[in-house]
Amino acid sequence: MFEKLKNLLVRFVLWFEDRTGLWAMFGPSLTHLAPRDAKWWYVFGSATLLCFAIQVASGVGLAFAYIPSSGDAYQSLQYITNVAPLGRFLRAMHYFGASGMVLLVGIHMGQVFLHGSYKFPREMNWFSGVALLALTIVMGFTGQLMRWDSNAVWSIVVAAEQAGRVPFVGKWLAHFIMAGDAVGGATLGRFYAIHVFVVPGLLFAGIGLHLLLVMKHGIAEMPQVGQIVDPKTYREEYHARLEKTGIPFWEMAWRDSFFALATTLVICFCAWYLGPPPVDVPPDPSILDTAPAPDWYLLWYFAVLSLANTALEDYIILGAPLVIGLLLFCIPILSNSGERHPARRPLSVIALVTAVLFVFGFWISAMHMSWTPNFHPKPLSAEVLGTPGTAHYRGGEIFQSKSCINCHLMAGEGGRKGPDLTYIGDRATRDQLVIRINNGGIGMPGFAGNLTPQELNDLVVFLESRKHRFDEAAGEGAKPESLPLGTSAR
Amino acid sequence: MSCCSDHGHGEGHGHGCSPQSGEPISVQEMNRRKFLALLSIVPGAIATAAIGVPVAGFVVAPIFAPEKREWVSLGAVSQFKIGDTIQVTYKDPSPLPWAGVTANNGAYVRRTGENDFIAFAVNCSHLGCPVRWIASANLFMCPCHGGVYYSDGSVAAGPPPRALSRYNVRIENGELQLQTQEVPIG
Repeated sequence: MFEKLKNLLVRFVLWFEDRTGLWAMFGPSLTHLAPRDAKWWYVFGSATLLCFAIQVASGVGLAFAYIPSSGDAYQSLQYITNVAPLGRFLRAMHYFGASGMVLLVGIHMGQVFLHGSYKFPREMNWFSGVALLALTIVMGFTGQLMRWDSNAVWSIVVAAEQAGRVPFVGKWLAHFIMAGDAVGGATLGRFYAIHVFVVPGLLFAGIGLHLLLVMKHGIAEMPQVGQIVDPKTYREEYHARLEKTGIPFWEMAWRDSFFALATTLVICFCAWYLGPPPVDVPPDPSILDTAPAPDWYLLWYFAVLSLANTALEDYIILGAPLVIGLLLFCIPILSNSGERHPARRPLSVIALVTAVLFVFGFWISAMHMSWTPNFHPKPLSAEVLGTPGTAHYRGGEIFQSKSCINCHLMAGEGGRKGPDLTYIGDRATRDQLVIRINNGGIGMPGFAGNLTPQELNDLVVFLESRKHRFDEAAGEGAKPESLPLGTSAR
Repeated sequence: MSCCSDHGHGEGHGHGCSPQSGEPISVQEMNRRKFLALLSIVPGAIATAAIGVPVAGFVVAPIFAPEKREWVSLGAVSQFKIGDTIQVTYKDPSPLPWAGVTANNGAYVRRTGENDFIAFAVNCSHLGCPVRWIASANLFMCPCHGGVYYSDGSVAAGPPPRALSRYNVRIENGELQLQTQEVPIG
């Protein structure tokens, strides 16, 4: 009886394989020989693939309830987040899955670059990887737009403005992005199609090719000092080494498996503990009290745009992505042979470290957002303002009403765009203050004509008093009131 | 090149050599086959164009739509106080039925005299973010990269390359009207 059943099963499996050829097709991916030393360094690619799987699964789930209509998407998001069972978790999972994918694509790429694995014969693995990186970033940006709130609407306007700077066809590109003259009913549909159909289709194809190439050329070994890649002999040497020391892929895949599980658990934990990113103000272009900013993975680029020299800005906006993309793409063309070990490729290591520092540096400065005005500063404390009715007090009020506080710190409150003025009295004389307030600077408007002489005087009195050991200064606060404008207090 | 030299005909490899026998094929037939093989590209290309052109055309159509400029009402002139700059909201003149709140638009309007109005676009000339009017300071400020404009819309500070755009406005039957305009690009 048992024998019979077993025979039946075996016959069915054989029949199935004969008619489909699935094992003949995919079996080699499990049994092919992989280098023995391919250990924990190699888990990032498969973890990226796992994140993609999470994105497909959670994305399909979300599409069951998401309504890609400019007028209704916002409500459907509220429904998914607040009403639908598990909706909140699914949205969060999609967000942290995306974050994980961006992060792991970056780490995977860094590892491949560090170990010189892109060299002969794996150039095409690298090219397809660069294309996949670009597609991942497009998914990140369009995914942020799916959140269809005020931030999404203005992000599209900002994208259109950037595209608008392309010579000749800029206006066309901008209208293509907004689907018309402005963001409106037609806009969301196209980003939905791009995010859900166009780019995922390309990603499936690209990942398929990427994996096929890994099979074709085999997994790269850990680099050894002195082991030179010579296109004439590399393939033979690689296969000879593999025959001697390689192990079947499935015997080493447990590391990928465990790392993928850890990645999944981290994503699920973040999704459960931190929840989805908030759906901001409704996507109403007439709501202007909003400060659009990209999600964290593009925030560093936001900082680049803010801190760039204005005269060079067009070249940076249009040229930098092109140059960086082209440079990344061309790496195997620039060097596809020779040493793979980082110890023998000092320039490559320097390039990698520079790139990482560049992104992290701008990323950290972006998190502080020190170039944007603070639109909702806390009012100055009574201690800072001093005695009501004095010029000092009135000056402090002008400091707030004329928006100085939006860009300047005063005793820890205010904006960070301009210099901290908490102790400005130590640094500037009365004349210097008057000149600066009237004329402004590169990042500061001039206030000549915007302040009455009385107001200017009060403001200067207030600023002059801002010295270390504030208590004493406050005592003198009312004194310089009598001085005519333009004379030094000292 | 001799056809099927390295494998038997029983293998079913799909390219179909001369039927039954293993007779060599005439040069004439070879040429005919090559020609027909190349010819198969033609229907493929026509079919691709027949499918691709309408799809691509549909997707890029918004590029070629003429700009719609229409006059929309902002309410009675009497609502506006001389000297005040206020934010107005108006709807696209012919929004898509499913546009919802995305049909709304904002603009800043200032009444400068009995019959004089200025209407500013809300878009910062730097990268299009919505600027805010700070009435007490007489300044427009941008939340994105710190652009600042004076009350006349000229650049006061920061990265903006140009002054704020303006809309055409007119008074009709005691009503203030604004001429809609595309988002100012570049």
